[in-house]
Amino acid sequence: MERDTNFILGVYDDEDVLLHAIKKVRSSGVKIHEVYSPYPVHGIDDVLGYKRSKLPIAAFLFGMLGTSLALTMQFYMMRFDWPMIIGGKDFAAVPDFIPVTFEMTVLLAAFGMVGVFMISSNLKPWAQPRIFDVRITDDKHVMAIDIANNSSMDLEKIQEILKSSGASEVNKKSFE
Amino acid sequence: MQVTSPIRQPLVTGGKTYHDVTHDVSRQVEGKPTLTWFLAFLTAVGVLALGSLALMATLWEGIGMWGLNKTVGWAWDITNFVWWVGIGHAGTLISAVLLLFRQKWRTSINRAAEAMTIFAVICAALFPVIHMGRPWVGAIWALPLPNTYGSLWVNFNSPLLWDVFAISTYFSVSLVFWYIGLIPDFATIRDRATGLRKTIYGALSFGWDGAAKTWSRYESVSLILAGLATPLVLSVHTIVSFDFATSVIPGWHTTIFPPYFVAGAIFSGFAMVLTLMIITRKAFKLEDYITIGHIELMNIVIIITGSIVGVAYITEFFIAWYSGVEPEFYAFYNRATGPYWWAYWSMMTCNVISPQLFWFRKIRTSIVATFALSIVVNIGMWFERFVIIVTSLHRDYLPSSWAMFYPTITDVGLYMFSFGLFFTLFFLFAKFFPVINMAEVKAVLKSSSEKVIK
Repeated sequence: MERDTNFILGVYDDEDVLLHAIKKVRSSGVKIHEVYSPYPVHGIDDVLGYKRSKLPIAAFLFGMLGTSLALTMQFYMMRFDWPMIIGGKDFAAVPDFIPVTFEMTVLLAAFGMVGVFMISSNLKPWAQPRIFDVRITDDKHVMAIDIANNSSMDLEKIQEILKSSGASEVNKKSFE
Repeated sequence: MQVTSPIRQPLVTGGKTYHDVTHDVSRQVEGKPTLTWFLAFLTAVGVLALGSLALMATLWEGIGMWGLNKTVGWAWDITNFVWWVGIGHAGTLISAVLLLFRQKWRTSINRAAEAMTIFAVICAALFPVIHMGRPWVGAIWALPLPNTYGSLWVNFNSPLLWDVFAISTYFSVSLVFWYIGLIPDFATIRDRATGLRKTIYGALSFGWDGAAKTWSRYESVSLILAGLATPLVLSVHTIVSFDFATSVIPGWHTTIFPPYFVAGAIFSGFAMVLTLMIITRKAFKLEDYITIGHIELMNIVIIITGSIVGVAYITEFFIAWYSGVEPEFYAFYNRATGPYWWAYWSMMTCNVISPQLFWFRKIRTSIVATFALSIVVNIGMWFERFVIIVTSLHRDYLPSSWAMFYPTITDVGLYMFSFGLFFTLFFLFAKFFPVINMAEVKAVLKSSSEKVIK
């Protein structure tokens, strides 16, 4: 068979079959390009060998940025730039600064983290995704195998492995 | 692998497959709008148009068009503001707090509840903004910008300013949380569509492809956003209650206010979710997704929060007497027996007595009773804010300043405007957005459905 397609796709109907299949396919030496699912499948990152996302760290750092910006802003405005006596309070009435500080921490943590997520996952309105199968967003899990990455393996062998791992269909897909 | 108790009710009934979930939710978006939808939408737009006359009168003539006087300087405007913000809280509670508690039943109601949050916060924000009188210059008064009267900044000691930060953060974080959840479902609609709809939902879906790596990041983003939104939602109504609690008005400066306001907010919010969901499930034939089980669980939340609110009413009355502060006790005694007794007792009946009916299983699993009581609860919660605000103000320190508040047609019109706005936005959402989070329902389908789909 000619190597004219770029991807071999294993289509799975069930999440548990999929999880076993990923283990089986990886242990037989086939490199998986990516697995596409209609919903988050628990435990899939472990069997695919993905590391835990670093997004929580981004959220924490952006949150800290929010805290320090808010405190700096309030101390600068209320204590240094234009101190005024308000209700006999201290110029730097720290307890009064906490609500705004909290809100700005949450705001920056949320927006910073979501921004990083959008950039790292390439999510943007004008993005043109590679859709391997339109049923991915409906009811099928698709395991995509890049032929170029598995050049040492025979094409039929890969298809055989996918079939025996429980795939309901084995298809080919090429992109320009 | 998850172990599900065999005695637990299934979350989705009718033996749905994954494809059925996609089909049942997407068909609302793809089909032609029904006549019922058109009539409901036109009614909402009509109310909005009628109410906008009151908005224009207020903006043109000033807030003198309202029934406020020198004694009662806050009335329907702030009542409506607190009421709408409170309603918004249920959406965040369902999507964030129940996510942290791993309550799977939230998956079929969180989308619509979060939409309700966003629209309710828009309606809430309307009132303080127009209360500025000239909102087009109000931005400078409310934001930390150096204003034109010298190098004078906003006052960070004021709870009203904390509110600006709290409400705007709450609105924007809720919006982001909601949108992140919508992205995979927009992709589902994109992949079923052709032509213009494919282009529009393609752009809305941000190029989602369902990759395991993206799902993994999506899950950690959802979890952290839930972790951020949980203290945020508690802080928002706490700060709203600070508007009153940090003052020196008898009846307002009560330390019980923050938890009591938060419980009241969740109470009224769940009632509004029920009102909307009972209509939505019927109109869109989603009875298999929003089951009697969901309605019963929401009613249980209403019993709990309603009882907290009831205990809070009694506690503040007791403490007002026990503190020995005469003006404080008078404020409460006057609420119950003064000229506004009818508002106080409407509040007590609607908020304390009526939710206790949900102890009866027959009532909390009856759709008609739930629908009626959800409206009763929201009437009661509106009266609660009215009682707190107006009865505390109308008997001023000097008897010569005692006054009553009478709403004008403009006050009524503005309240109508907010209703028109809320329902117009909600009906647009219900038609053009997937009302149920398809991806999340699919994720819990296997472990909780009647039939395990092979």
